Amino acid sequence: MIRALLAALALMMAAPVWADDSMPPAPWAYRQLPDPAQEAKAKALMETLRCLVCQSQSIADSDASIAGDMRSQVRERIAAGEDPEAIRAWLIQRYGDYVSYEPRVSAATWPLFAAPLLLVALAAFLLRKRFTSGTETEA
Amino acid sequence: MLPEIGLGLLWLAAALAGLQLLAGGLSLSANGGGMAGIVRPVAIVQGILAAAALGILIWLFVQTDLSVKLVAENSHSAKPLMYKIAGTWGNHEGSMLLWVTVMGLGGAFVAAVERRLPEPTMMATLAGQAFVSLGFYAFLLFASNPFARLYPAPEDGNGLNPLLQDPGLAFHPPTLYLGYVGLSIAFSFAIGALITRQVGPDFARAMRPWVLGAWIFLTVGITAGSYWAYYVLGWGGWWFWDPVENASLMPWLAATALLHSCSVLAARNALRAWTVMLGVVAFSMSMVGTFLVRSGILTSVHAFAVDPRRGGFILALLAIYIGGALLLFALRAATVTEGERFAIISREGALVFNNVMLSSILGITLIGTLYPLFTEAMGTKVSVGPPYFTPVSAMFAVPMFVVLLFGPMLRWRRDKFSRVSGVLALPLVVALIAGGWAFGAGVRHVLPLLGLALGPALVVASVLPLRGRSVLRAPLSLWGMVIAHAGIGVALFGMASDSAFTVEKLVAAKVGEVQQVGPWSIRLAEVAPIAGPNWTAMEGVLKARYDGGAEVTLRPQSRTFWAPLQTNAVSALKGRWNGQLYTVLGDETVSDKGESRWQLRLWWKPYVPLIWIGGLLVALGGGLALLSRVAQDLKRRLARAKGGHRRDEVAALVKTDAAKGDAA
Repeated sequence: MIRALLAALALMMAAPVWADDSMPPAPWAYRQLPDPAQEAKAKALMETLRCLVCQSQSIADSDASIAGDMRSQVRERIAAGEDPEAIRAWLIQRYGDYVSYEPRVSAATWPLFAAPLLLVALAAFLLRKRFTSGTETEA
Repeated sequence: MLPEIGLGLLWLAAALAGLQLLAGGLSLSANGGGMAGIVRPVAIVQGILAAAALGILIWLFVQTDLSVKLVAENSHSAKPLMYKIAGTWGNHEGSMLLWVTVMGLGGAFVAAVERRLPEPTMMATLAGQAFVSLGFYAFLLFASNPFARLYPAPEDGNGLNPLLQDPGLAFHPPTLYLGYVGLSIAFSFAIGALITRQVGPDFARAMRPWVLGAWIFLTVGITAGSYWAYYVLGWGGWWFWDPVENASLMPWLAATALLHSCSVLAARNALRAWTVMLGVVAFSMSMVGTFLVRSGILTSVHAFAVDPRRGGFILALLAIYIGGALLLFALRAATVTEGERFAIISREGALVFNNVMLSSILGITLIGTLYPLFTEAMGTKVSVGPPYFTPVSAMFAVPMFVVLLFGPMLRWRRDKFSRVSGVLALPLVVALIAGGWAFGAGVRHVLPLLGLALGPALVVASVLPLRGRSVLRAPLSLWGMVIAHAGIGVALFGMASDSAFTVEKLVAAKVGEVQQVGPWSIRLAEVAPIAGPNWTAMEGVLKARYDGGAEVTLRPQSRTFWAPLQTNAVSALKGRWNGQLYTVLGDETVSDKGESRWQLRLWWKPYVPLIWIGGLLVALGGGLALLSRVAQDLKRRLARAKGGHRRDEVAALVKTDAAKGDAA
């Protein structure tokens, strides 16, 4: 009895694997969504997601199979009406910050966003210094 | 035997670089004047020896000498000759050898032709060049020996990455390296001028042609690299802010700023310290870029640990050169006064604005490229990509382009905005029309809209400095500036068009089916096998019509190389005046019913080729400016030679007269 149960359990657990085998692995890897607006949304998101096995490529322009899987997932979720940023957050939760080319402001990344502001301030300071004393002559 | 001779030549070249440094340095001391005579010849021979070593390595690749480790790891006997040659620099060691060769030849060229600089500055410059070269020789000889042997020799080599088996490889790296390393000359000039404290208009005029030359090669190299990435990767991306791309962009940004500040220094004797600083920064960026790319650190920090000797070497060299140069700058900057003053509304004012903006973009690119390394060392992996770089650099680029609309029309020293505001109406109207047209065409994103509006305005504005002049009698250097600035506008329009107008179609097509992408209708006529020298392929035959016009044929392939085994898509492109059709053939899928379909990727990319046409225009403008500088220099030399000759004649006459007088 217990052996039969175990066998049934094993079958149940194995079942999804069979199902995966008979399904095309990533139906939307190389197919566009029928709705152009949704496709544009998906495309914009895919261009900012990193292909995890490639050398600096987005999933939108990679032939790697994991990139294809991720494209397919992104398109499916967009088609289901999910918000692109929610999908990004889901992917980050799954793969870490590394997957997104769009850095978020966080404890680790704030200097990235402070830098441009600092540069603007520095540029303004340099230009001001250069020109406010412009009347004096000097050799 | 040959590899050992190559290695010997490298050691000799390194020794000569040491001698060049020593002799150049000694000649600056009070009683070392006797050494000055040998510096130039030594520099020339050093360049020739390095080139000979590279020649030997190329020969080993052509022969596919598998007893050489580098050849066995990166080449294959069945590879076409062109890729055997170009494959020489398609790897770490070979590309470093190409680097020292270009650097040696650059130094040799300077030693042979540069006669403008005061002799002490020249000696300091050549010594500086030798100092930098020495580090690279050491890196090659101790950590990246290209001539290392392999025993036993394998049956055949591993082959070259198929993506690199493209004419782009023969052209792109050497061009880029000429640019990178050309900046070493500006670096050495800056060091030389700092040591002898001679920074002034003469220094700027002497340095300018070298910077221009390097900058032209960089521009061509980046443009070619961008087009290469666009067609070879099969996805139509032309710029991704990839660390490797940034590594080439950063020296270009610094060189562009340097070029502009050089012209201020040459014309007005202002921005002295700033120009010297940029000379140091430009080549530092080349070194940072090349080393980071070459060490593999940019793809992963762990590559650093794979060969700790290489990583350590790189860090040490960077610290010595960049740190040393900056230290020298800090020590001497106080003695190099800033020079002449000027008002904010003036040609100098506009150029300073350009410099500050370019430097800011450079700063952003540097921070964005290095930051992921920093966080990875701290334990978190982040990615910084286009969503960061594009808007942040636009923040600085857009104001710069706006100033470019009128900056070249301003007068030196002091001007009134009201003098140019009238003329400015024309580009502004053009910007409004172009922006309105783009908005009407459905473009809603801010940056593409700005690019589409500013691009044409820049083209129109760039021509305005020619107004009121006879077009034929305008100086060549002015034409150079006009064409280069117009090129920026053209390229900007192309870049904006890519994100604004590109139409994409991904489809699994049956043979005979017609697809529609933008105005094109494309029929997959057949798919047939085809073979090349070291690959086999499936080739799709696409019959395309633009808007019902004449039929054109495109033949994209899916190529399988067997050494190393890898399948690549080879795109087929068809250009028109208003854009480019981009086609890629993917895999075959067969359904349960045995129905075969081919994966096709089709893009219609309106105006996108303008990106590279613009880039080439920028380089062409630089070329014209360089031509005019060189022509001026030759004229001056000729005049001086003629003058000298005449003085000699007069002196001879006077002498004979005097002799006659004596005789009488």
